[in-house]
Amino acid sequence: MNRQINRVTAGLIFLLLALIANVSFIQVFDAKSLRSQPGNQRVLLTEYSRERGPILLSSTPVAQSTATKDALKFLRSYPKGAAYAPVTGFYSMVYGATGIEGRENDVLAGNDSRFFVDRLQQMFANRKPQGGAVRLTINADAQLAGFKALNGRTGAVVALDPTTGAILALVSSPSFDPNTLSSHDAKTIQETYDVLNADPNKPMLNRPLAMTLPPGSTFKLVTAAAALESGNFAADSVLPGPASLDLPQTSSSIGNWTGKACGPDDKTTLKDALAMSCNTAFAWLGMKIGANAIEEQAKKFGFESSFDVPMTAATSHFPSNLNEPQTAMSAIGQYDVRATALQMAMVAAGIANDGVVMQPYLVAQILGPDLSVLQNTSPRAVSRAMSSENAAILRYMMVNVVSHGTGSNARIAGVEVGGKTGTAENAPGESAHAWFVGLAPAQNSQVVVAVVLEHGGGATEVSGNALAAPIARAVMRAVLGR
Amino acid sequence: MTELALKYRVSTRRSAELGLLVGAWLLGVFAWVLVDSATGSSSFGGWTSLVSAGVLMLIAHSVIRWQVPFADPIIFPIACALNMLGLAMIHRLDIANAVRAQANGSPKPTPDVYLQITWMAIGLVIFMGVLISVQDHRRLQRLTWTAGFTGIILLFLPLLPFVGTVINGARLWIHVLGFTFQPGEIAKVALTIFFAGFLVTRRHSLSLVQTQLFGIGVPRAKDVGPLVLTWVVALMVLVLERDLGTSLLFFGLFIVMLYVATARRSWVLIGTSLLAVGGYFAYLAFGHVRIRFDVWLHPFADASGNGFQIVQSLYGLANGGLFGTGWGKGYPQLVPFAKTDFITSALGEELGLAGLVAILLMYAILVERGARAAIATRDPFGNLLAIGLTTVLGLQTFIVMGGVTRLIPLTGLTTPFLSYGGSSLVANYLILAILVRVSNSARQPDLTTAQASDGES
Repeated sequence: MNRQINRVTAGLIFLLLALIANVSFIQVFDAKSLRSQPGNQRVLLTEYSRERGPILLSSTPVAQSTATKDALKFLRSYPKGAAYAPVTGFYSMVYGATGIEGRENDVLAGNDSRFFVDRLQQMFANRKPQGGAVRLTINADAQLAGFKALNGRTGAVVALDPTTGAILALVSSPSFDPNTLSSHDAKTIQETYDVLNADPNKPMLNRPLAMTLPPGSTFKLVTAAAALESGNFAADSVLPGPASLDLPQTSSSIGNWTGKACGPDDKTTLKDALAMSCNTAFAWLGMKIGANAIEEQAKKFGFESSFDVPMTAATSHFPSNLNEPQTAMSAIGQYDVRATALQMAMVAAGIANDGVVMQPYLVAQILGPDLSVLQNTSPRAVSRAMSSENAAILRYMMVNVVSHGTGSNARIAGVEVGGKTGTAENAPGESAHAWFVGLAPAQNSQVVVAVVLEHGGGATEVSGNALAAPIARAVMRAVLGR
Repeated sequence: MTELALKYRVSTRRSAELGLLVGAWLLGVFAWVLVDSATGSSSFGGWTSLVSAGVLMLIAHSVIRWQVPFADPIIFPIACALNMLGLAMIHRLDIANAVRAQANGSPKPTPDVYLQITWMAIGLVIFMGVLISVQDHRRLQRLTWTAGFTGIILLFLPLLPFVGTVINGARLWIHVLGFTFQPGEIAKVALTIFFAGFLVTRRHSLSLVQTQLFGIGVPRAKDVGPLVLTWVVALMVLVLERDLGTSLLFFGLFIVMLYVATARRSWVLIGTSLLAVGGYFAYLAFGHVRIRFDVWLHPFADASGNGFQIVQSLYGLANGGLFGTGWGKGYPQLVPFAKTDFITSALGEELGLAGLVAILLMYAILVERGARAAIATRDPFGNLLAIGLTTVLGLQTFIVMGGVTRLIPLTGLTTPFLSYGGSSLVANYLILAILVRVSNSARQPDLTTAQASDGES
């Protein structure tokens, strides 16, 4: 019988060893994928039990954690609410984290490897683990000026420091209150989310980064840059500017918004064509320099690239393999050209920064739990879009747009403001998008701004100058302090 | 008895046992203190209970010294260590439940740990009672048929009206004097005694006298009849009570004891095929079996419904990782039935893989020590009884732990000595007492040979 007993024992021991092998697999190899399963509350509970670091402007928090008495020990709150929602995002136990909350989660939750030394100190000092802080590049005055100026109309504002790429304002409208979505009541969160999600105006959409729209006449800046860079055109080069331009290979034509010719004898200059936003002149110019030249110029400004600011911005698009009429349409920002507000701000930034386009960014500094600086973001150039000389010429042409042309509503007393209006047409029957892209001051620019009002923000008469330029003006004034 | 030990210079290893017992007690107390410090709660009430548990363990140790001085010194301390760890975890889950009740504004629930300590005390008293009253395990052989009938009746009890109670979908409990009790737990001890007593008288005829059926040697119906009858009745009852875990346990126990008694491997083969066929029919016939099986294969397909328990258990284990979150620092309360069936995932979360492996090794040592007693005892009844009881402990551990870690489909059972549950604790201390008794006779110097060699010198 002993032999059988030994075998049975070996069998039982084998079963127990199988258990050990199985738990080893689960707790070591499978643990990571189990932890990242959606619906695994533990990860969330662990995160909530730790004091999450704040998201700061200069020193005022736009997102902070306060101790509570319920099972989730810390409540996330957003003192400035909806105005900053496209920047902060929300931190929801049901829908996860978005915006900076999502992208900088490792820092805010204190999991980042940069906190290694700090974590050791926490361990030895037996302190409660605490997350680090994120300091933003956002200029509070500019952000609020943009949010107020949009006043609930559907649109976006982006302001950049052209010399660094720092994002000074990132406004999306209409917005939402991240406080409700970040509460500890799953039911409230779900209900709020469902209402926001069903809203046709899509308040949770991060418009300046995610919404690609036809840029309309603001794209003429890119066409003008390509023309200057070709070496065959200067500001005073004479272009044909008839009231209407027949498109080759088709029976259709392009007309000017005024319905008139852009100058005597159907002729105008590059500078004047930009100032009065002459469609026929730029359509002709586009066909003259060719689709490839415009596409290359657009790419140098950032089209066809994706930028993590750290939220990933949608890729702006200039179509390829265009025939002549398509090239003519694309040169004035119609046809299939699509750009985000961020992209159009980057075009202005390239022009303002002597031709060099900087990587846009939102996070200025990573701070430890004690708010000591762990990392400063160093500005990084993305590309040289144009020569310094041509950039100066284009700036001067943009100033002319505001002082003598279509951008009159962007004028600021005592400051040389440059800009370009746009009224991007949509499908027949839909109202156009109103655009304005601006920079100030023209020399040593401190701010560039791109404003878009989708479908004119609901206005019956859509014009970039009437609708978008005043918003850009308000934001630029806020940055300049005038 | 000790005189005997002194006379023949046989080490009884009782001091080693005492040392291990103190270690086991300290393990539990240390865990309890860590739980309190991590959760910021103080429980002075717990201290008197813990000290009483320790005193009872010491008294049991004295009874071992007095009644079974040659007994295996490791079996009892391991059971106590597991019991103490279980108490700490139940205490920890009590605190979590109290915190949750406070957050919800509901009244504070009665802690379960004090009832468990009471059951531990009852278990220890029964342990001592068996050691004192059963002076020789061979006496249990006389109870073969009594044990068989008792086992069947115990299994039937929950099906009776008025006393039977359905808890969590299984009709396994009886209500007596305000207590709920799972008679199936005691039945497993009774039926093991029956199987051992029956098989030891019939094993030769079972293995030698055979009729041919399909070219395979099959024992005569006369020899195997009562056995099969008992087994069928037992399984029938369990199917009616919807308790898959215990069915599986009985089946495994039955096969093992037949195999050990007859030394015929065909029993294992036949048994395993029967299990496969039975499992397949159960899958087809019973909705709850089908659900268990499907959840085992695809737990995440219905993670918030049928798969909820196992998925939460896996999340807990994953959260524990290699070294665990530490006592009181995880979220074991998120797993349903964390105090009973799922105490493994609670321990796996807070003690990590390291702690779980240590616990599994304790069970392995328990099995190995039980088997050693089974081999070393000099009578075939003792051999069978000890290996049977050891199999009950080892197999039950495997079935429940394998279930909650998704190694096998989930079936409800308690983890021996760890889980919350009085019937289970009492039954396991009963098993332990018999094993300790058998190990004593196994290690006791054979008086006849000893005296013979004494005479020669």
